[in-house]
Amino acid sequence: MKLKGTQILLKILEEENVEIIFGYPGGTVLDIYDCLYHSKLKHILVRHEQGAVHAADGYARATGKVGVCLVTSGPGATNTVTGIATANMDSIPIVVFTGQVPTGLIGNDAFQECDITGITRPCTKHNFLVRNIEELAATIKEAFHIARTGRPGPVLVDLPKNVMAEEIEYDPANIKIRNYEVFHKPAPKKMAQVFEMLFHAKKPLIMTGGGVILGKASLELTQLAQKYQIPVTGTLMGLGSFPGTDQLWQGMLGMHGTYYANMAVSHCDLLIAVGVRFDDRVTGTIETFASNAQIIQIDIDPSSINKNVVVDLPIIGETKATLKDLMKFLADHNYAPVPAQRKAWLAQIAEWKEKVPLTYCQNGKIIKPQYVIQKLHEVTKGDVIITTEVGQNQMWTAQFFSFDKPNTFISSGGLGTMGFGLPAAIGVKCAFPDKQVVDIAGDGSIQMNIQELATAAQYKINVKIVILNNGYLGMVRQWQELFYEKRYSYTDMTYAPDFVKLAEAYGIVGLRATKPEEVEAVLKEGLDMNKPVLMDFTVSREECVYPMVRPGASISEMTLDREITN
Amino acid sequence: MEKKEHIISILVYNKPDVLARIAGTLGGKGYNIESLCVNTTTSYEISKIVMTTVGNQATVTRIENQLRRFVDVIQVDDLTNIESIHREMILVRLNITSDKKDQIKKAIDTYKWKVLLLSDSYVVLEITGDKPQIDFALARLEPLGIADITRTGIVALQLED
Repeated sequence: MKLKGTQILLKILEEENVEIIFGYPGGTVLDIYDCLYHSKLKHILVRHEQGAVHAADGYARATGKVGVCLVTSGPGATNTVTGIATANMDSIPIVVFTGQVPTGLIGNDAFQECDITGITRPCTKHNFLVRNIEELAATIKEAFHIARTGRPGPVLVDLPKNVMAEEIEYDPANIKIRNYEVFHKPAPKKMAQVFEMLFHAKKPLIMTGGGVILGKASLELTQLAQKYQIPVTGTLMGLGSFPGTDQLWQGMLGMHGTYYANMAVSHCDLLIAVGVRFDDRVTGTIETFASNAQIIQIDIDPSSINKNVVVDLPIIGETKATLKDLMKFLADHNYAPVPAQRKAWLAQIAEWKEKVPLTYCQNGKIIKPQYVIQKLHEVTKGDVIITTEVGQNQMWTAQFFSFDKPNTFISSGGLGTMGFGLPAAIGVKCAFPDKQVVDIAGDGSIQMNIQELATAAQYKINVKIVILNNGYLGMVRQWQELFYEKRYSYTDMTYAPDFVKLAEAYGIVGLRATKPEEVEAVLKEGLDMNKPVLMDFTVSREECVYPMVRPGASISEMTLDREITN
Repeated sequence: MEKKEHIISILVYNKPDVLARIAGTLGGKGYNIESLCVNTTTSYEISKIVMTTVGNQATVTRIENQLRRFVDVIQVDDLTNIESIHREMILVRLNITSDKKDQIKKAIDTYKWKVLLLSDSYVVLEITGDKPQIDFALARLEPLGIADITRTGIVALQLED
């Protein structure tokens, strides 16, 4: 059967079970859009290409499937870069299709031409420029394969206009793709070593990360911890990979980690790190990180091993398969912790937790941001998918919202992209129309992709937006308060739109709470509506995120609180 | 840890941007490529890159792991740690002037340099050897007046499978 390039693209998208494309048309993709006009594929028209990538990213994070976007060449393509880098840092499988000028014009500075494969080379897992129709089908197939296998990541496919207009014989049976991936199955010897280390450990601790969620290994990790009563801490990306309401859960570690998690890491004698890459926000000073512990690191990517923290036992393998093997080995060899030892260790952590719990003080007439998050958890009973923006809103969410299930906390961890939350929430809601999806935002970051309210309104994508409005770029202001003697250089955002009126202007509902006693009612009202709703909470202006590990300090040295005078 | 030169052999798919990807990533992460040699293997589909970089073992292991992440990279070997043979080549042009003529002739005879081209005004030599041999030759060539020179990157071959 002879097909045009555009038809081959849409055909393969269907074969890959793509349900939805987030995109924005333009000159070089007109042919593809014309083909889409007749297609059954669902397409969401975003209002900015960055929004398309974040939406595809949110969709991928929530479903575990590959997210797809389609944009035009030149500025359309360059607008995707922040989104692609965001997905790359957090290893999220997405495929980005960009239009390109006809092959004959490439390199001529044609209208809306840019070397997008060159630009995105450092921030994609892989990218392709399709040079002729013969390679089109295999390239698209390969893009999906690369995005989802191994350590996942974004793949960009650049599609010159003339290639898409050509015709070729299409036979799915004839498409051959390279199998690039080497799957590592950890050697049994390694399992024996883990057994040995666990056997001798008096104070073991599990550290779970994004690799557990990406590797769909939450169940195995949870079983390992619960069966052998090993306490668990997690990175930001690991939230939800172990039940946040479980007794063994110690909260997030690192710069804004809990006191007890950071103390546990600093005092444990065995750290089992699964699917983490020891980011500097997690470790604090490398020299003192888990300095009393032997470290086991399980990761699918050899380049994550010994990159920042030198570990005692690296295990390269898929998190799920490795944890399964480990569980089996431990069971076969009748591993059991010494009850008194494990009891003493858990009691020690409980003591730290009692000494410095995660807390804040909701008194007076001003809403505390943490209170809004706690109320949101209460009202939804945690049955919700949360996206966040970046900054204080993100850290308070990580601290005060307990995530019990994987793929329910959707946040830009590695790159820390403001403006991620709203378009990501739109992507999540498209995947789970019956689930409550809430973007927890700050007044600064929500303005970075505010235009996507139009997308939500147009398609009746009923996302809820909770703005913790303190009139500042809160996290930057916090650093200025703590490290720059309160010189608030360009962080005051008081000049902002009236968010309620703005919501109404976009055709969605806007609600506002300015007093603590209004919080619950506004949340309930907003969440109950079958419409997109923006809820603006006027919160305490100069609240800080605590605990905080100062940059360059050990994670056991935390600033716990300050005198709050309001 | 001790810093030393590592010779890394990389088998890659012969794709248009594979070298850009490797060079870009290493450069972006602050690793310098000291020398580089690339060509196709017996199969046009597959190229071999031999590059040298300087660093301690941990840094070089990081570089290798980075390289292995690339979709188009098939195999990475650090030849520094396995028995291997190394060669470089220089092409050098010496201008034949009346005062240097005898010296040049004598040197070519003494060191058995291979003459590629000879005219009244210049001689072009091809010299191969390992790094010390090339450095030795360069020291002898210098006084003869080098008009132009090109030195290849290191090529290397491992001696065990």
